[in-house]
Amino acid sequence: MSRLTDANIAIAYEIIGRYPRPKSALIPILHLAQEQDGYVAEDAMKHIAELVGVTPAEVFGTASFYEMFKFEPVGKYLLNICGTMSCALMGAEELMHHAEKRLGIKAGSTTPDGLITLEHAECQAACTEAPCLQVNYRYRFKMTPADLDTLIDDLAAGKLSDEIPSHGVLATVRQRIPAERGVGAVAPEKVNESPEWLDGKSAL
Amino acid sequence: MSTTESTPDQVETEVVIDPNAVSLTINGKTVAARKGELIIAAADRTSDFIPRFCYHPRMKPVGMCRQCLVEVEGPRGPMMVVSCMTPVAEGQVVHTETEQVKKAQEGILELLLANHPLDCPVCDKGGECPLQDQAFSHGPGESRYVEEKRHYEKPIAISDLVFLDRERCILCDRCTRFASEVAGDPLISFTHRGNNTQVLTFPDEPFASYFSGNTVQICPVGALTAKPYRFKARPWDLEETESTCTSCSVGCSTVIQSSRDQVLRFQGHDNDGANWGWLCDRGRFNFESINSDDRFTTPLVKEDASLVPTSWAKALEVAARTIRLAMSSQGANSVAILGGARLANEDARAWAMLASKLGITLHDAQLDDGLSTEVFNLPQATINDATSATTVILLGPDLKEELPVLYLRLRDAATKNRTRIIEFTTKASGLTRYAWKSLNYEPGAQVAAVNAALNDPEIAGQMRKGNVVVVLGRANLAESSDFTAQAYNAIAAAYPAVTVLPVLRRGNIRGAAAAGLTAGDNARNILTAASEGHIECLILLGADPLSDVPDLDLARRALASARNVIAVDTFPTASTLRADVVLPAAAYAERGGTTTNLEGHVLPLSQKITARGTSRPDWMIATELAEQLGADIGVESLNDLTAKDATPQVQQALSVAGSSAPERNSYDLRLVVSRKMYDNAVSTVTSPSLAHLSIGAGIYLNPRDIERLGASVGKDVKVSTSSKSVILTLHADETVLKGTAWVPFNQPGTDIRELLNADDLIVDVRVENLS
Ligand code: SF4
Ligand code: SF4
Ligand code: FES
Ligand code: FES
Repeated sequence: MSRLTDANIAIAYEIIGRYPRPKSALIPILHLAQEQDGYVAEDAMKHIAELVGVTPAEVFGTASFYEMFKFEPVGKYLLNICGTMSCALMGAEELMHHAEKRLGIKAGSTTPDGLITLEHAECQAACTEAPCLQVNYRYRFKMTPADLDTLIDDLAAGKLSDEIPSHGVLATVRQRIPAERGVGAVAPEKVNESPEWLDGKSAL
Repeated sequence: MSTTESTPDQVETEVVIDPNAVSLTINGKTVAARKGELIIAAADRTSDFIPRFCYHPRMKPVGMCRQCLVEVEGPRGPMMVVSCMTPVAEGQVVHTETEQVKKAQEGILELLLANHPLDCPVCDKGGECPLQDQAFSHGPGESRYVEEKRHYEKPIAISDLVFLDRERCILCDRCTRFASEVAGDPLISFTHRGNNTQVLTFPDEPFASYFSGNTVQICPVGALTAKPYRFKARPWDLEETESTCTSCSVGCSTVIQSSRDQVLRFQGHDNDGANWGWLCDRGRFNFESINSDDRFTTPLVKEDASLVPTSWAKALEVAARTIRLAMSSQGANSVAILGGARLANEDARAWAMLASKLGITLHDAQLDDGLSTEVFNLPQATINDATSATTVILLGPDLKEELPVLYLRLRDAATKNRTRIIEFTTKASGLTRYAWKSLNYEPGAQVAAVNAALNDPEIAGQMRKGNVVVVLGRANLAESSDFTAQAYNAIAAAYPAVTVLPVLRRGNIRGAAAAGLTAGDNARNILTAASEGHIECLILLGADPLSDVPDLDLARRALASARNVIAVDTFPTASTLRADVVLPAAAYAERGGTTTNLEGHVLPLSQKITARGTSRPDWMIATELAEQLGADIGVESLNDLTAKDATPQVQQALSVAGSSAPERNSYDLRLVVSRKMYDNAVSTVTSPSLAHLSIGAGIYLNPRDIERLGASVGKDVKVSTSSKSVILTLHADETVLKGTAWVPFNQPGTDIRELLNADDLIVDVRVENLS
């Protein structure tokens, strides 16, 4: 899909302004792009490359390290069902089968209406609450197939839209740091003196 | 040094202790090193080889592969360190062959091979592969890994020239480091980092770097291969010899590799003064042109308006008769020689000797597209002088396009903060990003721009800080070179200590000048004389005026009016079509000798294969022609043509005509015509891998000018001077200075030279929409 919208460009510049080097703003702006389109589009990566002064290949190299950045369109809700040890012992496989049947898709794909993307996940660090899953990274614990049905119904009916924003939206409130509260860090290449601890190195 | 009795006549010298000298022991041997040097680099000066994959002496170390582990004794016993990241220290004790080190080397190799496909039998690198070699010399011999290996589609094209096989990649970071650190084109990157780390480009942005071939050469496995060489030969079948690239005048050291009398590959060779091992893709891959079927293989003479093959005896006889006739009827001034900058020094010298023997004074090795060769008489700088200067002033072409490896060297100097670059340019060049100051000027206003800069206190302060090197060449073919000469003189007048790195681009222009081929009249006068019917015989030495002379009309009239044309060349060109006699010359790698690079260094040219057909080296052609003419030049072999050291003339300033540019009418745009790396140059268009890489003819304007004209990008526009017009496709380029128009030279498509006139100081064009 698309480059950043004008409103998001303004936010991107605000983010860039917080860092000594524009390049350091790469990850937060990738989040911004994912928030805009639900995934990180190729055009968005090119646009980000222009904004922070690197090449698209460098943006992609960094972004593709992170599991939570998606490069293909994702449904409004990303359903991650944990399948690691504790959850597997407590019925994760059954849960996944049920989800696949109920949604009519295989893990790794998206429902035709674009509502839900189903994915297999590794341990979500909630093993005491197994089996567990996440919807756009919001937890649901000790899930039974019946619980899953209710969850899907609620998502489809829009009942959870307050609690769970669309995929890509990290928080419903955007953090704003006024300029005077910024760190005011100097670009590293402009720093001439070494920090004190570095000078100590020669003594080693 | 131990004190010994000093003999009375010995002057006592103070023993200077070098504060940067470090002494360490490697496997019990004492090694002298310098502070900051890495253990692996110090070890390379001993006989103890430390295996490595990611370390490359011309790039920053990254410690990526861990193959170079060694033991260093420390206060708590021996410690394993990566020798490519650990600097030497006084008294350091290094072991590279202990049990512990061996175990580490074997372990790393086993891990590297865990996912490696081991498809050596079908891999181009097999036989010259560091992974293969070091698995053999330092590996465990067998693997405990039985699981399935990683699989990727193999290979994928990452550019027009380079293929990537990700299964073979050992993730050493050499190619990616080269791309960002050396070439400044970070178009490849590690992606999907983690278990599936792989080198990739951005989906629709290929690795279109002018220097991509270097990654193939430095890849320590067969992951990167180059289209022109894939599956052509096995390394053990290749023969090789050192030589020098003559595609431009940087003079990069190369290795020519051939098999069965066919050149198959050029590799870069590390030369500390010039190329540091790198080559540009044009220089690396245009070996293909040597093997082209288009080459002249036998002499040709004109019969009934067409060129027909003949014997050397006949061709030489016809050529000699033509020259003799011209001389006897109209005198030596009716014979002219153009070209010579593509020849070896010996060839140029032979032709120069023949010219002087016959009294021919009309000769020039440039085609009105450079600067006066007086630039070689100015106080000279070497490439290393420039890269270690405090300030470098660029008063010439875009080096990335015309002298690519010199661009790499200056980029390196600028990014490592050794050198500040002050650039005078009409649009962004390759070095603009790295320049301390990039100052724009409109054609004709170069002198004013330079004077303004010299009066700028900040710039003046910078220039007084240390030595200043001026990189001097021809930036714009649609602007009189007199402006550049004046601009240089202004700098030299204000700072008499400046030195000059002349960047005339043709391979051996400096050698041709030293041989005396440029000492005659200049090409423009010769062509004018020809166009006026004063030239009975025009001899072209690898020169193609119809393609290279900026004033196309002048070239056309000259070639039409010259009574006879003798062409000595390797390839048919627009100009050889007009020839009455064609004498086929041996190509690069088919003849030996020397070449002189832009610094004036005489560098070797090696013969690796036999000359095609009956073609022969130019010096031989000149000698034989001399014999036919009864003008003995005393040459029997190449050895008779070795340079005699001539004392260079020294001059502080260039001769100038003092021209000044007329005002520009505000409706017009001032024209800039300059070269791109890939154009219609014969060696490029006859190399199939490079032929399609040219950007094509077009006109590039500042977006604001486009808006003002109400024109649209991608559409054809009419570009006219007061007398002529051409149609070109319009492109936007925001780095093109407002009020100017940039057109790439010698590209496929409409020829901008239709609008150029040798007498114009500048060219103003009007750009209009087609109705
Ligand atoms: S492709 Fe070659 S040079 Fe590049 S990282 Fe892989 S092994 Fe190293
Ligand atoms: S920079 Fe010039 S000399 Fe060097 S490889 Fe390229 S064309 Fe040849
Ligand atoms: S195994 Fe499922 S959360 Fe840990
Ligand atoms: S060569 Fe030292 S870590 Fe690769």
